[in-house]
Amino acid sequence: MIEIRNIHKSFNEKTVIDDVSATFEAAKCNLIIGASGSGKTVLMKCIVGLFEPDNGDILYNNENFTKMPESGRKELRQKIGMLFQGSALFDSMTVEQNVMFPLDMFTKLSTSQKQKKVNEVLERVNLKDANKKFPSEISGGMKKRVGIARAIVLNPQYLFCDEPNSGLDPKTSLVIDRLIKEITTEFNMTTIVNTHDMNSVMEIGDKIIFMYQGKKEWEGSNQDIIFSKNDNLNNFIFASEFLQDAKDMRMLELKGKIKENRNMDDLTQ
Amino acid sequence: MNFFTHLGRFLLMIKQMITKPENWKLYWKELMHQCVEIGIRSVGIVAVISIFLGAVTTVQTAYQLVSPVIPRTVIAVIVRDNIILELAPTLTCVVLAGVVGSRIASELGNMRISEQIDALKIMGINTKAYLIMPKILAALIVVPCLVILAAVLGIWGGQVAGGISGILPFETFYQGLLEDFIPYNVFFALTKSYTYAFIISSIPAYYGYYVEGGSLEIGRAGTKSVIVSCILILLADYALAALLL
Repeated sequence: MIEIRNIHKSFNEKTVIDDVSATFEAAKCNLIIGASGSGKTVLMKCIVGLFEPDNGDILYNNENFTKMPESGRKELRQKIGMLFQGSALFDSMTVEQNVMFPLDMFTKLSTSQKQKKVNEVLERVNLKDANKKFPSEISGGMKKRVGIARAIVLNPQYLFCDEPNSGLDPKTSLVIDRLIKEITTEFNMTTIVNTHDMNSVMEIGDKIIFMYQGKKEWEGSNQDIIFSKNDNLNNFIFASEFLQDAKDMRMLELKGKIKENRNMDDLTQ
Repeated sequence: MNFFTHLGRFLLMIKQMITKPENWKLYWKELMHQCVEIGIRSVGIVAVISIFLGAVTTVQTAYQLVSPVIPRTVIAVIVRDNIILELAPTLTCVVLAGVVGSRIASELGNMRISEQIDALKIMGINTKAYLIMPKILAALIVVPCLVILAAVLGIWGGQVAGGISGILPFETFYQGLLEDFIPYNVFFALTKSYTYAFIISSIPAYYGYYVEGGSLEIGRAGTKSVIVSCILILLADYALAALLL
């Protein structure tokens, strides 16, 4: 479990994160959602220690990360995996070398053991036959999967995904979302995902935190979001008329006013 | 940012990169990789420049020494001392500042912009130690070797140019090379090369590591690092000459 308390972060006197507190639960997909510039990436970078918050505490299983010495942080970081927005794969290394890198750096496994582990992880993310390819030779979706494989190869307790669906088509996004959801349950990880993709919210959002202008505006699950009365959240999530209609339809379904398994004939009657 | 902010951040970077490696084997591998990148890949350009510099120095020295009372061996003495004291260390390193410096700055800048440095940091790796220290150490190892190579090839180029153009025969040149040789000059050249090696690796690493923005800024960081490195090389050149000669 990760808990953040009263996080505040500003850059050149511009407040980007304003007094945000939240709890991210284990074995669940915790989503931070919000429009571009709402502060979700900065919040995530504060949680993982890439930015130092000006105020507040970050607790990993009740251990205060903000007050930890560098040696303690280093140790904790080996329990953290992160998928970056642009995948952040090392250009000069092949897919296999990218995934093997954390094993090379932090384990004393033999080459064959490392190779076995890499193959297992790549198979887990449905990425076979790409071992010897360079990042420049694979698609965006494959890069994300390599990023996930590299993030989970050391069996981390915490997984962070920054915009895992950016630049991907809806179908590939769904594959990535489901993969994140599956590995979260499988490895019993505390997963935090930054996204503004409505599909991800509905698909994997066990717990959702909505950020608006640097503040936590709303908190709930993907079931609650449909019934939310928060205008800022509704304006963000159901921005188009199409999505608003879809939401209304879903609300009627959940209230039992229309059949859930209806077909086109039902709709045209 | 003013000069002192840059200086403070640079010194902090140097301090923070000196830590115990997380994995000696991987650091060693990275050091060897950098030795190849900085050293082996620069041999060609260093060789070409040195040979022609030696040749030009011989021809131009002969052109200026027209007095019949000055023995022809003096040409070789001047070429030798010029190359060892100044041309081999300084000019080679100015060229390396462009070749190696821009590569280091753009490599680190690209890693910063594409979040590869953040990815390493998340894994618990000291990014300054893993990315910058091997580059500086590699430069300290290979740049003096390149300077020695440049000196040897420069003198050889001068000898060949002298012989081919008929300015002075090979034997006379060789005889001149042995005249009044001061071994301290070699020590001085190596002192210079170590100083320049640190400059041409650490300055571009600093500009690349702290780059902010996009691809345009990576280019700017590369240019800035080459300019600053060249200026610092010339400043160090004067300071070392004033102190050690």
